[in-house]
Amino acid sequence: MSGPLGNLATIVALVIAALGAAAAFTGAATRRPALVASARNAAFATLALVIVAFLSMEYALITHDFSVKYVAQVGSRATPLFYTIISAWSALEGSILLWALILATYTAIVAWRTGRQPETELMDSYALGAMLTSNIFFLLLIAGPANPFGTVSPVLADGPGPNPLLQNHAFMGVHPPLLYIGYVGMSVPFAFAIGGLLSGNLGRDWSRTLRRWTLVPWAFLTLGITAGAWWSYEVLGWGGFWAWDPVENASFMPWLTATAFVHSVMVQERREMLKTWTVSLIIATFLLTILGTFLTRSGVIASVHAFSEGLVGPFFLGYLGLVLLLSLVLIAWKSEHLRAAGSLDSVVSRETAFLFNNLLFVAFTFVVLLGTMFPLLADAIRGAKVTVGGPYFNQMTVPIGVALVFLAGIGPALPWRRGDGGAFSRKLVWPAGVAALVGVMLMVAGVRHFWAWLTVVTAVFAGGLVIGEFTGPAGARRRSHRESWPAALWSVMTGNRRRYGGYIAHYGVLVAAIGIAISSAYKHEGEWNLTKGGPPQQYGAYSLQLDSVWAVKERQRDGVIASVQAFKNGRLIERMEPRLNYYPMSNEPIATPSVHEGASEDLYLVLVAYEQDGSRATVKAIVSPMVGWIWWGGIMIALGVIWGLWPKRRTAPESGDAAAGPARELAGSARS
Amino acid sequence: MAKGLKGKSAGLLLGAAVVLVALGYLIWGGIGSNLVYFYTPTELLAKGAAAYDKSARVGGMVEAGTVVWNADARELRFGITDGDTTVSVVSVGTPPQMFNEGQGVVVEGVYTPEHLFRSNKLMIKHSNEYRAPDPGKHPAEYYRELFKKSAS
Repeated sequence: MSGPLGNLATIVALVIAALGAAAAFTGAATRRPALVASARNAAFATLALVIVAFLSMEYALITHDFSVKYVAQVGSRATPLFYTIISAWSALEGSILLWALILATYTAIVAWRTGRQPETELMDSYALGAMLTSNIFFLLLIAGPANPFGTVSPVLADGPGPNPLLQNHAFMGVHPPLLYIGYVGMSVPFAFAIGGLLSGNLGRDWSRTLRRWTLVPWAFLTLGITAGAWWSYEVLGWGGFWAWDPVENASFMPWLTATAFVHSVMVQERREMLKTWTVSLIIATFLLTILGTFLTRSGVIASVHAFSEGLVGPFFLGYLGLVLLLSLVLIAWKSEHLRAAGSLDSVVSRETAFLFNNLLFVAFTFVVLLGTMFPLLADAIRGAKVTVGGPYFNQMTVPIGVALVFLAGIGPALPWRRGDGGAFSRKLVWPAGVAALVGVMLMVAGVRHFWAWLTVVTAVFAGGLVIGEFTGPAGARRRSHRESWPAALWSVMTGNRRRYGGYIAHYGVLVAAIGIAISSAYKHEGEWNLTKGGPPQQYGAYSLQLDSVWAVKERQRDGVIASVQAFKNGRLIERMEPRLNYYPMSNEPIATPSVHEGASEDLYLVLVAYEQDGSRATVKAIVSPMVGWIWWGGIMIALGVIWGLWPKRRTAPESGDAAAGPARELAGSARS
Repeated sequence: MAKGLKGKSAGLLLGAAVVLVALGYLIWGGIGSNLVYFYTPTELLAKGAAAYDKSARVGGMVEAGTVVWNADARELRFGITDGDTTVSVVSVGTPPQMFNEGQGVVVEGVYTPEHLFRSNKLMIKHSNEYRAPDPGKHPAEYYRELFKKSAS
């Protein structure tokens, strides 16, 4: 029942989305609002139908309807309800269905906002058309090559259950949706880029729309990547959080170009410069999401996440080529309108900092893209099977990363247009002093790893510079309004949310950078064969004692658990239970590490092997200093976006430029 | 004014060009020295002396009767074979629970002139697709005794 229903909903949605896209484009081109209005209704209907399709899949999963192809592939009566629900996105077809659901939701939001403001109506209508066109592609995929609703006969009594790695941690329920909301959301700024180009509305309205519509998915993508890193740390059992795996790279590359975009769009908005560049960045971001999906979903690159399957690959590749071609044609056609109105006034200016920021982000993207694609190219050109080692990525990206950390401090401290060299140098004095002091302290404390040292010192310097952007304006306000420090800080920060949201995000980046540098450079591990009841094994400040090795039978799996008492400086910190899980359909055990999260460092235990009689267990311990800073940094970035986009209280009657007006004034007063 | 601006843009362009050239150089060198080729034992030996002291991955089966585990040194020696050729491998660290004779494995490391492959990474070869456990090698064999003990 749910199979045919899902199929029907998909096909009707496909037809409606196609009609809607045609209506939106024709309505916009011939200026017929009635057609655009029907396109809006088509977007709402598409969403309703995709929800029906998604729910019928969930229903089939929950009721263990093994006549449905996807359920026969990932369902199992033994799987707990929670994992059954989230198994909707644990394999290829289901993940494309989730993609379509999120895309249809974004489309409905765009449709809902279309026609609200007369000055952007035309752009919005074209953007709606572009969104609906994306829907067509994904609905075609679901109806055709990636159809999850097909019927299986004879109907099996039970299925294999989801991939064991994907049902080993509850976080699988959170991390893929977050990532998808970010990833799929990049189609919205792309649609508005197309909408702007087609309508010729390439002024401030366009920049503002693009910026806002990028920040939301960008924040989700940031959270999704952070959550993915945390998931990989908690689940995969090697103690790391990032392996330059093609799928990780696939999510990271659009993040890099979107981050470049979030910065360059400010130059575009304020100075009417860099338009072609900015629009290219947003198109590149969208193309990279499709490329990433192609790489990881077509099976051309082997990876933990790769679900290989026939026609899906060529489909994505065709879509990629089509979007690339149309975008290039559109940019070439509209190049007149993209010419810069402003120009660079001075080298010592925030514009320059943004230019270098963009250069570095694009170089970063290129490094990752080349490393990800190289095995594919080598195989195609020379027939050689080759992998690009992690050291390539680290050697290349660490220097770029440190330069970006430096700019994260320098950029905010530089004024727009023309810098006063003297004022700028004075700003540098005390952060440089503090950074130098920290540098010496780190050396005294025995930090000898050059890049880790440099990252921390640079981050402290940048952090000091950004503090100045809080304390400077707040101090001025405190004197002029006779307010207390907290009150002045609050008024300054709420007075220009956009600016301070950005600085909070910068702090998130600095915190994460310190976490990445220190945990990567100073992670250390040991491995021992522990005897039950034997003497505790010393490891630095820690000692580990094996209490017992025992087995447990759970509904969907069997587990072998080592109970280990972990002491730090002689005090019991936790009774840790690293385990190996055996799933019926998997040939090898899946390790679940046990992590003791500390403020300064984590202790991470993995059960490697054990004696069958339970007398001994081989346990690996990994100590990662400051690894937790990475997750907190990611959360801070998202908080910065929330702060920046928080709606203003409407005190003054709203005019078209109300949002930018006070912000500009404040930025002006901060400059003086 | 216009002239000064041109000078500034030129300086900026020069800076950008320097950054790009430096990056290009770094990338070129970086990717070349970090490639890890994948060989079968036959392919590795066919390369002769050219294979020495370079990072490589070798995939094959653990040859029966070759596994020697030195628990004190935590050193594992075994032969990896593709049916025709066998390469001797030495690896440090406890092998994964599934390591066994006849198991498909991939080792990453360096082939030395002493005709020994020094592995720093030992991976069990598995496909991403589901595969039912091989007959006679059901994973439950590994922990059946533990269940008996835990139950009692």
